[in-house]
Amino acid sequence: MAYLDHAATTPMLPEAAEELTARLSITGNASSLHASGRRARRTVEESRESLAEALGARPSEVVFTSGGTEADNLAVKGLYWARRAADPARTRVLASPVEHHAVLDAVHWLGEHEGATVEYLPVDSHGRVHADALRDAIARDPGSVALATVMWANNEIGTVMPVRELADAAAEFDVPLHADAVQAFGQVPVGFAASGLAALTVSGHKIGGPYGIGALLLGREYTPVPVLHGGGQERHVRSGTLDVPAVASFAVAGRLAAGRREWFAREVGALRDQLVEAVRTAVPDAILGGDPAPGGRLPANAHFSFPGCEGDSLLLLLDAQGIECSTGSACTAGVAQPSHVLLATGTDPDLARGTLRFSLGHTSTPEDVEALAKAIGPAVERARAAGLS
Amino acid sequence: MTETPQRPLRVLAAMSGGVDSAVAAARAVEAGHDVTGVHLALSANPQSFRTGARGCCTIEDSRDARRAADVIGIPFYVWDLADRFREDVVEDFVAEYEAGRTPNPCLRCNEKIKFAALLDKALALGFDAVCTGHYAQVITREDGSRELHRASDTAKDQSYVLGVLDERQLAHALFPLGDTVTTKDEIRAEAERRGLAVAKKPDSHDICFIADGDTQGFLADRLGRAEGDIVDESGAVVGSHEGAYGFTIGQRKGLRIGTPAPDGKPRYVLDISPVNNTVTVGPAAALDVTALTAVRPRWCGTAPAGPGTYTAQLRAHGGESEVRAELAGGTLEVSFTEPVRGVAPGQAIVLYDGTRVVGSATIATTVRAEAPVA
Repeated sequence: MAYLDHAATTPMLPEAAEELTARLSITGNASSLHASGRRARRTVEESRESLAEALGARPSEVVFTSGGTEADNLAVKGLYWARRAADPARTRVLASPVEHHAVLDAVHWLGEHEGATVEYLPVDSHGRVHADALRDAIARDPGSVALATVMWANNEIGTVMPVRELADAAAEFDVPLHADAVQAFGQVPVGFAASGLAALTVSGHKIGGPYGIGALLLGREYTPVPVLHGGGQERHVRSGTLDVPAVASFAVAGRLAAGRREWFAREVGALRDQLVEAVRTAVPDAILGGDPAPGGRLPANAHFSFPGCEGDSLLLLLDAQGIECSTGSACTAGVAQPSHVLLATGTDPDLARGTLRFSLGHTSTPEDVEALAKAIGPAVERARAAGLS
Repeated sequence: MTETPQRPLRVLAAMSGGVDSAVAAARAVEAGHDVTGVHLALSANPQSFRTGARGCCTIEDSRDARRAADVIGIPFYVWDLADRFREDVVEDFVAEYEAGRTPNPCLRCNEKIKFAALLDKALALGFDAVCTGHYAQVITREDGSRELHRASDTAKDQSYVLGVLDERQLAHALFPLGDTVTTKDEIRAEAERRGLAVAKKPDSHDICFIADGDTQGFLADRLGRAEGDIVDESGAVVGSHEGAYGFTIGQRKGLRIGTPAPDGKPRYVLDISPVNNTVTVGPAAALDVTALTAVRPRWCGTAPAGPGTYTAQLRAHGGESEVRAELAGGTLEVSFTEPVRGVAPGQAIVLYDGTRVVGSATIATTVRAEAPVA
């Protein structure tokens, strides 16, 4: 089997799995005052410190959540509500059109139900938001902006955004900028303090940690209105008993992901380059999505459009041969829609239906790439015969 | 004659989310085939949940199908054929009603979607056959040609809605439910035994793309309301309607006629004229049809060379009537041994030779025993 879908989820690191399983049988609510509680609390705080260090942040800036989706929702909705409460004129939300649905749908919901005016920032043909675009959008009426949100790196086509420049542009107007860094963490340098961001989302299972755990890194001056109300854990912005084993395991994975980042970029990046070359050799008219410059995209991401093919057909044919990848587009009831990311980059809708995302990870091998190299040519030929229905 | 050959095939199983197609897929696996499940997303608005889940187009159905595929242990995908379905089935359905006819969208779907759009894609992707949960039999003769037959269990037989399949389509069709005598209860028990959660799911009866079962409302939304007269055979106005498309030949209920018939007997829809938006009603005896013509013939094998005697089925779950049929210049001319009632243009006439489906055609005109009506 060739698993080429690490961007969906990547195998747990053995160290993280060990940490998780070892702690599952230890009792203790991190909010309890007795010894068991204190022990749990200590694990949580040490994990918080560890993760903060891995992400260039202060421990108090780490807010644990149930994952990337919750962190994105807390940032987008919570900051919108808080900023609007402080000044009712602040109802504009600026977002890139290539965001993950966890941001995109949250922003859309604010527009539908909370009186937000959502403005999508222009992107270039690689799906990149330029600082001037954000600056211009804010400058049109700075006092009306609640927040801006631009992902660190795109989950489909792998394009890396100029986060520091975007944060600087936002800072000129004191507008908080959030970035979903779920795909970026472990692949490109992600430093919270250095980024100038107000908030940043990371997720456990994308870096070799467990499912169901993530974090919002949140500048100390920001107090988003909670999405979840309850016991007041996590700076009162995210109530709920902490999942101590998951928190600890996530921290182990985070520390390893940050520590091995350069190795990852070099080794996995080289494998990715081989994969791109192999696909191009087998299918000369395949179109690489995103930024072709190695520095402009995630080292583990390869995204292709195959003219005249349905991504669904390709997926089925590769799946039948044990090659696992993704069409890279969101599903509605399992029905593939042309990717909003590709449409935002100006890709023809028919071409946008014939895409595959191959994403590598820490367990990828040259054999995975070879299996794809062998299979992709005949699969494309066959999918072309089946055509676009 | 032999059963379907057991050479292992690469099979694409169309899984609606119902119990029949789930058991069919499971049986195909058991027969040794390499099976992949696919759910067809046919609704333009797949987001809509609806209660009861009797149709085939909801998220719930898609999930039920996926769950069944998981239990059977086969790959599963959802294919979006909503555009093709809308063009080939839904728009045709509306246009047929607008023209005063009564279409059968299930036949249309089998002809244009399941055994055309889906089958073509399946074949191109390297599959050998499409499998469905229809109750019908495909029998391979010694010369390799294939025949479509009624299901062993004639009470469950669905060969009528498959009467549009030609020889090529039949060559790639697999109906694992058709060759055994099976009641619905037995199929449900089998699903239960196989651990399929759809075992207890209610049957689908309605037209899948009309969620609430309100065909009249569906048509009114698309065609608008158009008031017109209900007249008797003499042309006298006896009532009014809100759109001639809302009626079916032979319909008795819902006519809301104020003036009673001279003989005091119930009246039935005899004719629908979309041109002048008039519905004609009359006594049951006036519904008797002695002959009809039908267009767009489709043959499940070789077309008959000359006139022949067959049994005919005129609607889903309808009985059989003895006919003589002859093809004349692309039109099927049919005469009935005994007059039949409730023959609606737009419906299919399916011809049988014993249990074998000979072919089908779409009813265009009928000849009445009393007075011919277009």
